[in-house]
Formats: sequence, structure tokens, C-alpha cells
Amino acid sequence: MVRLDDVGLRYGDGPYVLQDMNFDLAPGSFRWLLGASGAGKTSLLRLLTLAVRPTVGRLTILGVQVDTASRSDLPKLRRQIGTVFQDFRLLGHLSAFDNVALPLRLAGRPEGQVRADVAEMLRWVGLAGRIDAHPAQLSGGEQQRVAIARAVIGRPALLLADEPTGNLDDVQAARLMQLLAELNRLGTTVVVATHNEALVRRHPARALHLQDGRLREQAERQLA
Amino acid sequence: MATLRPRGSDDLGLRRALSDRLLPLLVAAMVFLAALALAGVIAAASLARHWQGGAAALLTIQVPQPDRPIAAGQSRAAAVAALLESTPSVAARRLSAAELAGILRPWLGTDAGPLALDLPAVFEVRLLGGADPRRLGSRLAAAAPGTLVEQNSVWFDRLGVLARSLQASALLALLVVALVATAVVAVATRAGLAARRDAIEIVYGLGATDRLIAGHFARRVTLLVFTGALLGLSLAIPMLLGLATITAPFTPDLPTPAPFMNGTLLPALPPLLWALLPVLPVTASLIGWLTAQATVRFWLAGLP
Repeated sequence: MVRLDDVGLRYGDGPYVLQDMNFDLAPGSFRWLLGASGAGKTSLLRLLTLAVRPTVGRLTILGVQVDTASRSDLPKLRRQIGTVFQDFRLLGHLSAFDNVALPLRLAGRPEGQVRADVAEMLRWVGLAGRIDAHPAQLSGGEQQRVAIARAVIGRPALLLADEPTGNLDDVQAARLMQLLAELNRLGTTVVVATHNEALVRRHPARALHLQDGRLREQAERQLA
Repeated sequence: MATLRPRGSDDLGLRRALSDRLLPLLVAAMVFLAALALAGVIAAASLARHWQGGAAALLTIQVPQPDRPIAAGQSRAAAVAALLESTPSVAARRLSAAELAGILRPWLGTDAGPLALDLPAVFEVRLLGGADPRRLGSRLAAAAPGTLVEQNSVWFDRLGVLARSLQASALLALLVVALVATAVVAVATRAGLAARRDAIEIVYGLGATDRLIAGHFARRVTLLVFTGALLGLSLAIPMLLGLATITAPFTPDLPTPAPFMNGTLLPALPPLLWALLPVLPVTASLIGWLTAQATVRFWLAGLP
């Protein structure tokens, strides 16, 4: 599913922000991504979302060797990856409905199916009455729910989330974790970056601990 | 096939990023200039044809001592006239004494009396298709030795160079206009990319292809360019009609334009120009589409 062999990443001529990354994620696995601010969590997520390519090493995602793949091979791969960004990254000129519909339309789904699926998804995240609202008209929590809906609506094979509960109340956070667990049960590989130790304790799973751009010794452990 | 929202939707927010004012106005100015340059190309070609059919086909033949008899008691002038008359591919006319006097008037004045000089007979000869002036000159020299054949080819060559220069200048102007239009579209597209960078990166990250994103830009740019081109053309046509009216005396091969009086505009401009003017908005749109596609794809190539 996901495999990193001696992967390192640097931006331009700057220092390496990730080094000697070696791990693999089996299909249908769940990982917490933990570490202090600046440890490299966001950079690792950027690698896994194909926002950057590794500077060194071999990165394989869903059978595609990303470090050597041509650009034209990546859009199809990106459509199989769902991402919840910390800053939501919604399109401000589109309604909540159209933001959530983006992955389905890019995948070429029929418009009738798009309408039904998006309406259902927005109902599930509690935004049924806000489908025509634009991001500027939504609260931070509502925007985050739109971002989550957009990330999961295409049933991605790999779901990456950066602090997905940061703007959610406890009830919404619990519902989100329930959704992630359900997707994981259905075969989606899930990686969630968080600072929220309480959340990790409530939902025990294996974790990747990052420190100074490296995986910490014996970082993959079962949290309980 | 992957799309964003249904066709016609502003998925990337390009209506704000690519203004519907500045680009169409700049393109309108470009198309206006292109229409004038195109008219210049066609007018220069028309002039070249006119000169070629006129000056180049004219010969002036001088027969010294025209009344001196030659064999069979025929005068030299009569022998030349008979030869010219019997040659099928020429049309000749002998200038009258009054016409000769008119030609000499700038040098001799109006009060000059009868001259003691024996003036040559002068024939104005127009070569019809297939006539060879050198061969004709040899035959004339044989019929009346000393006959001078003066071809206007020197003037024609100069006029030809002038006409070709005019055409080249007009074509160069068209090329410059096309290049400037390309640059204008490229700059506008780059500005649109900069303004919508975040939106493009989001859609790109969700799996949009270069083709999809470039297509959105190209459609928006093409619409704006076509709108501007129509505006420029609608401004250029009245200008061209006005110029055609002013230059009518110098374009005898065109119908006499009285476009604003008899109610029909078509005869006022050459048919070729009428045929090519509608091509300008199409060409401008094609330039816009290609430039936007190339600019966006080049920009996207910088993304991973």
C-alpha cells in the first residue's frame, strides 16, 4: 500500500526535514502520526499526498513508485488519496456542496450520482442545511466538516488527515473517529496526524513517532 | 470524462481572476491594427497587380527619320506601323503631332513654332499576353534600322520593389500584432494563474489533470479574446470603409464606392478583404486558446 525506503526530503537547498524514513503501511491499516511541532509530520503528509516528491529514497504508494513516476501518472493516484488539511483548503468561491463534489466530478462520476452522494455525505456531517453556504459563511468547525466530507466522499484507498479534530467539539470529533474507523474497516488505509494525546488514548492504534525529521527508535508501537 | 461543475461553471474562479475588461480591450486594439495591416497587404498586392498590368506592359517605340523611304517606297514609320499591326500580341497606336507637341511642351514651351528638327515617329505599344519585347525589338530594327524600343521595365521594377516593400511592411505589422497579442494573452494568463494559485493547487491535489486545468483557462481566455476581437473588428470596418472612399481614385480596379449613399457596403472593399476580415477573430481566438494552453501547462509543469 505505502512503502518508504530510505526516504529523505529537503525543500530547495535547505536542510533535510525528513531523513532515513523507512516504514510500510499495509492495506486497511491505521496509524497515528505523532510528534512535536516541527518534527516533520506535515512534511511526511505532504509526501504521502504527493504535494512533494522525495529528495532521496524510494516512495511507493498504491503500487506506484512516486519518486520515478511521470507527472501524468500522478493525477489518477491522487484521486485515490483523500486528505483533510489542517487549514481545510476549501475553494472559497464554491458552495459546500460543490467543494464536496469536487473529487467525484474529477473522477468522472455521473452528475446524478454526485448529487445524491454529496447530499448524503453533507447530511452525515451535519451540514444538510448548509449545502449552498460558501466557506466564508461557515464556522471553523463547519469548514472542517466540509473538508472531511470532501476527503472521504470518494472512498479513497488512502486517507490522510492533519489534525482533523482541531476545530471540532467532542461530539463531532467522536463522529469523525467513528467515520474513520468505519472507512478503515472497509479497507481504507488511514493516517492521522495529531497532537491530541487524549484522542489517541481513546482510539488505540499503532503510531509513527517523528522527532527532528526522523522516525524515533521503536516508534511503531501499540498504544493502549 | 472528468469535469468539475457542469459546463459553463466558473470552477476555478476565473471570472474574477481573468477580467472581462482589460484583456478584451487590448485584443480589440490588436485586431483593429491587424485589420488595417491586412487591408494594407491586400491594397499593396492590388497596386502591384495594377502596375504590372500597366507600366510593365507598355513599350515606347521611336522611329527616327520616319518619312524616309525604305524598300518598296514605304516610309520607315509606315513599315513599323505595318509590322506592329501584323503582330497579333501587341496593340499599337502612333502618337499624333499634337500629342508629341504636348510631350515636348515642358522643354520647348507653348510658344514654340514649327521645329526644324525632324522629330521621330512615336508609337505607344501595349504588350498583350505572350509578347516578347526583345523579339519585337529585333523585328522592328530589321524593318526600320535605328528604331528605338524603350521598355518601361526599369520603372516597373522600381514600382514592383515598392509594392513588395509595402506588402512586406504590412505583413510584418500583422506578425508584430500577432506576437504582441500572444504576449498580452500570456501575461493575462500568468496573472490569472497567480491570482488563482491556491484554487489550482487544491484542484490539482485532488487529482485534476493538466488538460482539465489548462482547458478551463483556455476556454475563459478564448471567450474574452473572441469578444475583444469582435469589438476590434466592428471598429475597424467603418475605418476601412472610410479609407476606401478616400482612396477610391487610386484604386481603379475596385468598383466606385458610394457605400453610404447607395446603401450597400459590400462593393466598397475588395472581396478578398471581406473574406479575410472574419478570419481575424477566429485567428485571435486560436492564438488565445493556444497561448493559454501553453502558458498554463508550462506553469503546471512546475508542480510535482
